Amino acid sequence: MQKQAIFQTKVLPYALVAPQLAIVLIFFYWPALQAVIQSFLLQDAFGLSTTFVWFENYLELFRDPAYFAAIVRTFFFSFAIAVSSLSFALLLAVMADKPLRGSMLYRTLLIWPYAVAPPVVGVLWIFMLHPSLGVLSRYLRAIGVDWNPLLDGDQAAALIILAAAWKQISYNFLFFLAGLQAIPKSVLEAAAIDGARPMRRFWTVTFPLLSPTIFFLLVVNIVYAFFDTFGIIDTMTRGGPGTSTVTLVYKVYSDGLLGGNLGSSAAQSVILMVMVIVLTGIQFRFVERKVTY
Amino acid sequence: MVEEEGFRRYVAHIILWIGIAIVAFPVYIAIIASTQDNALIANGQMSLLPGGHFFEVYYQTIFVGTSGSTREPVGNMMLNSLVMALAIAIGKIAISIISAYAIVYFRFPFRMPIFWIIFITLMLPVEVRIYPTYKIVADLHMLDSYAGLSLPLIASATATLLFRQFFMTVPDELLEASRIDGAGPVRFFWDTLLPLSRTNMAALFVILFILGWNQYLWPLLITTRDDMQTIQVGIRKMITTTDALTEWPIVMATAVLAMLPPVFVVVVMQKLFVRGLVETEK
Repeated sequence: MQKQAIFQTKVLPYALVAPQLAIVLIFFYWPALQAVIQSFLLQDAFGLSTTFVWFENYLELFRDPAYFAAIVRTFFFSFAIAVSSLSFALLLAVMADKPLRGSMLYRTLLIWPYAVAPPVVGVLWIFMLHPSLGVLSRYLRAIGVDWNPLLDGDQAAALIILAAAWKQISYNFLFFLAGLQAIPKSVLEAAAIDGARPMRRFWTVTFPLLSPTIFFLLVVNIVYAFFDTFGIIDTMTRGGPGTSTVTLVYKVYSDGLLGGNLGSSAAQSVILMVMVIVLTGIQFRFVERKVTY
Repeated sequence: MVEEEGFRRYVAHIILWIGIAIVAFPVYIAIIASTQDNALIANGQMSLLPGGHFFEVYYQTIFVGTSGSTREPVGNMMLNSLVMALAIAIGKIAISIISAYAIVYFRFPFRMPIFWIIFITLMLPVEVRIYPTYKIVADLHMLDSYAGLSLPLIASATATLLFRQFFMTVPDELLEASRIDGAGPVRFFWDTLLPLSRTNMAALFVILFILGWNQYLWPLLITTRDDMQTIQVGIRKMITTTDALTEWPIVMATAVLAMLPPVFVVVVMQKLFVRGLVETEK
């Protein structure tokens, strides 16, 4: 953790950590603490008095079917986004890992969507699949699909998942490719000599050796689906139609925007914090293991 | 070498090009739409080939803005995004590298508690504490300001951990040598450590710039004035709920302009980008 050779200056180290410490305390700890405190308080309608209500705000949330639906929806979105994006990215990475001419070009052409911001992703996809003017909607209607994601909740959800998975392909591709390139070629050669065909080589050798990468990406994708889909949802459906694309983060945002129940909004924030801490904890445990792997 | 038969190689090429097409298609459509006439698009008659309104649309987008929803020129939004992204990237690197330096190269009371206080911030993105953070920024009169846009997003530990990790790998002999030369802590940092960290700083800068440029929820909350809008927020406001009024060519031109800087950075500085991405995830 620390160097053998160090400086003995007394004041300088404090001056060096002061800026970061100040920013972290003001913009991180103070608001986080406020959220926790607020989540135990109930404010009257005029904001004049507050009472301490223990876990009432939390219990209220868990009794609320809309909140429960948002939890289920968020996990469903995360799962669908992660699985579709990961499997497509893995296919591309396996192909790009082969000794092909122009593999660097392929990599460049596949990684740039990482840089596209979520709200822009939302705009791009709603434009293509817009019920009245989308270029792809024409074809959907031509094959008999009654396509209107602005009215049909399931279609709206499908659209969000599609767009969010699209954005994440490049990230997953990059890490899969790195993972594949780290697999020693000798292992694959050995399997080939034993007579394993390419498909078999993939499932019995490559895939198991890739499992740390897969697990790592799974966690990253879930965190991504929790938070970064906000911009996509907000530009495409704004949570609608009805509440069919409201995720947990979107709910914190929209409930807070209406300005109503501060305690409930704070309780929602705290629940999200706990979820992220758990996910990050899982990721850290795993990263530790990868180092010794 | 495991031999690949010719046929399989063709299949690989084909699958990769299909992948590239899927990845590029939405952007292609955006570019095409940004060169066409709004009436045509609104009728659902959009052509899949470039139209003739390229200069007109981009001129209006950058210097005038839409005529209805947000009357703010997108050029100005891009400037706001640029200032915010640079402030986040440079600010984060600057405060992180000096605090990592203190934590690795000095022994002082409360060193470990301070390290943990910073480390824990790694866990929580700004999304989970938006309204309390909003309140603080409002109390500090930082709404609609660059400081308000960037400071709360600087409060995170990733960069500090990265520099700490890197400093740990710097051989102790370098410090001994510079001490023999009579250098104090400031000289050592400036003349030895900083030049050594150049690649790490660049890689981190690339990632932080992209993340900063692409911020959405936070700027959406704390900017109320149109002239403080970032491009990501501006584009959302251009899509009106009554679809008939949305000026799609301008929206699409804005989307293209919003993508341009970060995509450019990824393509041109690919090596640094990949390095930064892999390292910040560790």
